[in-house]
Amino acid sequence: MQLAVWTYEGPPHVGAMRVAAAMEGLHYVLHAPQGDTYADLLFTMIERRATRPPVTYTTFQARDLGGDTATLLKTATLDAYERFRPQAILVGASCTAELIQDDPGGLARTLGLPVPVVPVDLPAYQRKENWGASETFYQLVRAFAGPRAPRPGTVRAASETRCCNILGPTALGFRHRDDVAEVRRLLALLGVPVNVVAPLGATPADLARLGEADFNVVLYPEVAMQAAAWLKRNFAQPHTTAIPIGVGATRDFIAEVARLAGVDPAPALAEASRLPWYSRSVDSTYLTGKRAFIFGDATHAIAAARIAATELAFEVVGLGTYSREFAREVRDAARGHGIEALITDDYLEVEAAIGAAQPELVLGTQMERHTAKRLGIPCAVISAPVHVQDFPARFSPQMGFEGANVLFDTLVHPLMMGLEEHLLGMFRDDFEFHDGAGASHLGAGSAPAAAVQPATPPLPESVGAWAPEAEKELKKIPFFVRGKARRNTERFAADRRIPLITLETLYDAKAHFSR
Amino acid sequence: MSAIAASLPTDAGAAGCGDAPVLRERGQREVFCGLTGIVWLHRKIQDAFFLVVGSRTCAHLLQSAAGVMIFAEPRFATAIIEERDLAGLADANEELDRVVARLLGRRPDIRMLFLVGSCPSEVIKLDLARAAQRLSQRHMPAVRVLHFSGSGIETTFTQGEDACLAALVPEMPAEPGSARSLLVVGALAEVVEDQFLRLFAALGVGPVRFLPARRAADLPAVGSGTRYLLAQPFLAETARALDARGARRIPAPFPLGAEGTTLWLHAAAQEWGVGERTFREATTIGEQRARHALLRRRERLSGQRVFFFPDSQLEVPLARFLARELGMVPLEVGTPYLHREHLAEELALLPPGVMLSEGQHVENQLDRCRAARPDLTVCGLGLANPLEAEGLATKWSIELVFTPIQGYEQAGDLAELFLRPLARRARLEV
Ligand code: SF4
Repeated sequence: MQLAVWTYEGPPHVGAMRVAAAMEGLHYVLHAPQGDTYADLLFTMIERRATRPPVTYTTFQARDLGGDTATLLKTATLDAYERFRPQAILVGASCTAELIQDDPGGLARTLGLPVPVVPVDLPAYQRKENWGASETFYQLVRAFAGPRAPRPGTVRAASETRCCNILGPTALGFRHRDDVAEVRRLLALLGVPVNVVAPLGATPADLARLGEADFNVVLYPEVAMQAAAWLKRNFAQPHTTAIPIGVGATRDFIAEVARLAGVDPAPALAEASRLPWYSRSVDSTYLTGKRAFIFGDATHAIAAARIAATELAFEVVGLGTYSREFAREVRDAARGHGIEALITDDYLEVEAAIGAAQPELVLGTQMERHTAKRLGIPCAVISAPVHVQDFPARFSPQMGFEGANVLFDTLVHPLMMGLEEHLLGMFRDDFEFHDGAGASHLGAGSAPAAAVQPATPPLPESVGAWAPEAEKELKKIPFFVRGKARRNTERFAADRRIPLITLETLYDAKAHFSR
Repeated sequence: MSAIAASLPTDAGAAGCGDAPVLRERGQREVFCGLTGIVWLHRKIQDAFFLVVGSRTCAHLLQSAAGVMIFAEPRFATAIIEERDLAGLADANEELDRVVARLLGRRPDIRMLFLVGSCPSEVIKLDLARAAQRLSQRHMPAVRVLHFSGSGIETTFTQGEDACLAALVPEMPAEPGSARSLLVVGALAEVVEDQFLRLFAALGVGPVRFLPARRAADLPAVGSGTRYLLAQPFLAETARALDARGARRIPAPFPLGAEGTTLWLHAAAQEWGVGERTFREATTIGEQRARHALLRRRERLSGQRVFFFPDSQLEVPLARFLARELGMVPLEVGTPYLHREHLAEELALLPPGVMLSEGQHVENQLDRCRAARPDLTVCGLGLANPLEAEGLATKWSIELVFTPIQGYEQAGDLAELFLRPLARRARLEV
């Protein structure tokens, strides 16, 4: 048993829902108890989806268990077909149904429906959401594209204009909607036609056409790599490996696509992001060497680390992921930054690692946003699990050159705000700028800015007390290093069993740690 | 005759729909499971911890229902059953003991631990009753370990609170003798509890106690002198357990709206033999204030037709309130479970012609809702935005269990919850 409070990923059938809800003409029959219908609200509330996800839950109850849950599944499947008339039906079980072993796929197939039934087995006690999305997408691709696979060994006919599929975007994906638009724009600049985008917006019939493309663009390996690998084996379709997040990675991606498509990369490379200039402009000097801690799904964490280090000149002091399936890739990337990767799905472990690394900026998920808030560290969200904030009304991709612009703002603004707050802090005792006064642009009487005085983390009990004059001095230290100064001094005092932290202790500690 | 007496239901059978036919449906249910109750119960019982023994789905449900309410370290968690536990590689009971020991080690402030059963724990027949007993022996007196089921195969949404409170009843100390006391049953916001305490004091009804209490150690005593008022309509099991301890229920409608609150208080006052004059003196100001707060909203809501999808079992009392105090017209009142006995006074007050439905076939119900095109639809979060997108104004029902809505001072807020979606639509021009 694993003790969990907050989790980065839902169960695997939620991954399957993300694929089903992304597609058109597909209906998912899920053998599950009533409470599992909560998953609908992820789509209708977080993503603000205007229609119910195409999912029918059998919602069996305790009294059905001894009796006939199998009939319930069959009736639900028939009803769903009659009502929604999908091109195909996906059938699976949630964690509870897995235990009662009804074989939903087998049962649904006995119904003789006039449309294909695709069963998908997602081991709920071993796997998680992204794995579920990946497996579901793979099973669907196999089921619909499979029958058209050429005989093994067939050589692809060389075509005049090579086209591609875009694989990976799902419902409830972190900025997937906008990433697809931006990547389509880049491909248009290169003159590469798009055959099918899947699963987002694709029908089962579209999946059957996947083999017609010359190569695949994989946007999110967490979801699409398994399917892309299968397509490569069965259709001899190569696929991209560069993920176009950041300026450098976007250039790599363009080069890779141009090579696969046999086109000139120049028109797309000529597009420029504002990031390089913004990063070189002198006001960005203060960003140099900012200590950044990065955690997220593998794709976004690796990309953020590269941007942080090479496009913003931060120092990457932590890199980790909850995507165990991609632990190797993240470990390799971390080694490149000269650090050890953190692979865990326990947010408390991440919190401890952040505390130990004492970063000046956290790039993480919503979970790390809360951790950072508690620790008083600026933070930007770069990865799922998604939150309603991750579906902004404006165009806000992570990928491509526009994505790089977005990322510059996303990664730098929290620090800029920090600087502004520091200035406010310097005037803390001034009659107009004291903590209780709101920001001037909010008008008189506005609420005090909650972030002006970052929360100091709770002290361990063994820590020595602070003498008033030392405490006062501490307050003069800019807030964004104050937490660190406090921790260092306390550790220094604890190591030396100094019961009262005086001004002397404070400066001794400073001298000690700056060596 | 006083205004109060006039509003008391005298000829329920004739006026109301106490015997109205009920549409019973079977099909897909679009409701939360009882685990959801943990989200408000853990805020209510402030030194209790809720450990769900379940799957990743259960953890994800809690996280999604708790939404933005990310607490530093919330007092709930899930012990996620893994393949090893199922395959018998690990002894599930030993695993549970280990998880609990680790948890309690981290949280010395915890006085009561609930092991909460889920669908998976029930299907694999993990005996949480025995586990709770065993763990209680190990961790008493520091921590008392109890158990209840919040599983989706046994409980619907608010039934989780019912199961939790029912688990507390055997733990309540025995009231020596047959001294009379009033027990208010069902989680209420503290501000509401305090308002009721003041009202009962003015009435001379007491001593008054609440279940659940704010702290595990303060569980109220119960005995044959205990009279209890249900503050929530979904407490069937809790009531049964209280009856078994000799307590007696005071039948009453629920304290929603000015009228509901008056009738609820009045039921207790009668039990205590409080004179009508004293009753009026104690309640008139509050009731007037509530009626006044409702008046303005009534103008806007009167005549509006409302449709309820089943959710919290609060549907019948809410429909009664909306119909009688705001002039709204309930079309269909869906409820996951219709407890005829506890709702008898409510059903008698419902206007005739209201269609009641119990259980759910969500697709059929959506068809009925679309055909009826109500002015306001009360439904769960999974349905709200899709219905809005179809042009139907909605009120998402979960807010009704998270917001203080009971009592005189909250009557206006309660009406406001139903008015806001309509007022909002009226303002929007794009
Ligand atoms: S319905 Fe059952 S499996 Fe689903 S979240 Fe609720 S208790 Fe867990």
